[in-house]
Amino acid sequence: MKFIRLLTIVLVCVASARAAELPGDSVYRLPVALTDQDGHAFHLADRAGKPQLVSMFYTSCQYMCPLIVESLKRTQKAVAATGALKPAVLMVSFDAAHDTPEKLKLVFGQRKLDATTWTLAHTDAASVRQLAAVLDIQYRALPGGDFNHTSVLILLDAQGRIVARSEKMDGVDADFVAAAKKVLAQPAN
Amino acid sequence: MRLILACALLFAAGSLPAADYANLPGGRFASVLPADAKTADTIVAPFALRREPVTNAQFLAFVKTHPQWQRDHVASIFAESRYLAHWQSATTLGNDALPDQPVTQVSWFAAQAFCASENARLPSWNEWEFAAAADATRADARSDPAWRERILNWYSRPSNAAVARIGGEANFYSVRDLHGLVWEWVDDFNALLVASDSRDQNDPDRLKFCGAGALNLRDRDNYAVLMRVAMLSALKAADTTVNLGFRCARSTTPGTTP
Repeated sequence: MKFIRLLTIVLVCVASARAAELPGDSVYRLPVALTDQDGHAFHLADRAGKPQLVSMFYTSCQYMCPLIVESLKRTQKAVAATGALKPAVLMVSFDAAHDTPEKLKLVFGQRKLDATTWTLAHTDAASVRQLAAVLDIQYRALPGGDFNHTSVLILLDAQGRIVARSEKMDGVDADFVAAAKKVLAQPAN
Repeated sequence: MRLILACALLFAAGSLPAADYANLPGGRFASVLPADAKTADTIVAPFALRREPVTNAQFLAFVKTHPQWQRDHVASIFAESRYLAHWQSATTLGNDALPDQPVTQVSWFAAQAFCASENARLPSWNEWEFAAAADATRADARSDPAWRERILNWYSRPSNAAVARIGGEANFYSVRDLHGLVWEWVDDFNALLVASDSRDQNDPDRLKFCGAGALNLRDRDNYAVLMRVAMLSALKAADTTVNLGFRCARSTTPGTTP
């Protein structure tokens, strides 16, 4: 019992030490508790360590959100084609009330997402507003259950700083891919 | 029990008096930003709103007990470099920030944290707009040209003039200083002007938004309120300006938080 308590204290210390190591402009400074499509709980800051592609969406979105997913897939592929690492993708839902892990899982299958690099995630409404705020994403709930929202791909470096953003949803944004290639470059042997 | 009460009182005596909130009834409301992005009225639930904006003195007390919000400690993702820059130091107001002036140069994140510290939150745009539609005697004075004129006169004042102290005329709900003193953060500042949905694949500039239908502004003649919408929409959450402060709100419907 004592050991567990000690372990907890150590873990908390490690977690806060890690937060303190993050740069001041890191998105990972924001404490956000998330749940992924498999029901696993995690914290936004757990994503630190590897560059990421991040976007926000909601599952009942008929038109624009599938485009965001396809754009992320194309970008992933284009980055990998340069010889850089294939970037991980995190998409967080605007729809805190409806996008349960089950719903996310359904979309995960429907869009044939790569389980080794993709995460779809849910968080509470207040965290959605804060996360959108740090990512500079605008969104507005409409009475019918839809959302008006900015559609954007955001590139975070390993420490969670926003390196690039792209609102190009058709084709591939060459500048964005170049920025991703830079932060994901494999160390030369 | 009595001892606990005594302790609580002792604590309260050592700090500023608890902020004063007015209860507003809410109801059906014609927002300049219609709920369905076309013409529908908005339903505002009953809520409580701070009678006055948060002052420098109140924000100073907050940063003293929440050092992570002092200007030399705050992470830049939560507040840009101008955050509280007019204060003499991180924990001193000085001559350029009087205790009973509304606090300005605060970011949305800092405003949120302050409100949470008094068991409250930032008001939504619709709540703010509902409260601000009143004049001294009417719940909704917005169609009165004289009311509009008076507010517009304030907006035309140069922004380099010193911010006045709180304590303007109370409105119908006994809330003060909604107009004429500072701009104010709202919780959903990043939800106001999400522009039209576009289905035109050939124009990448227009492919930014998703959802059903375009967002329309209703009541285009209400410039004073529309200016506020435009200003809030242009902000990022870490931004601060010399004329931007805030006040807090609470939900009063049972079972909601806070």
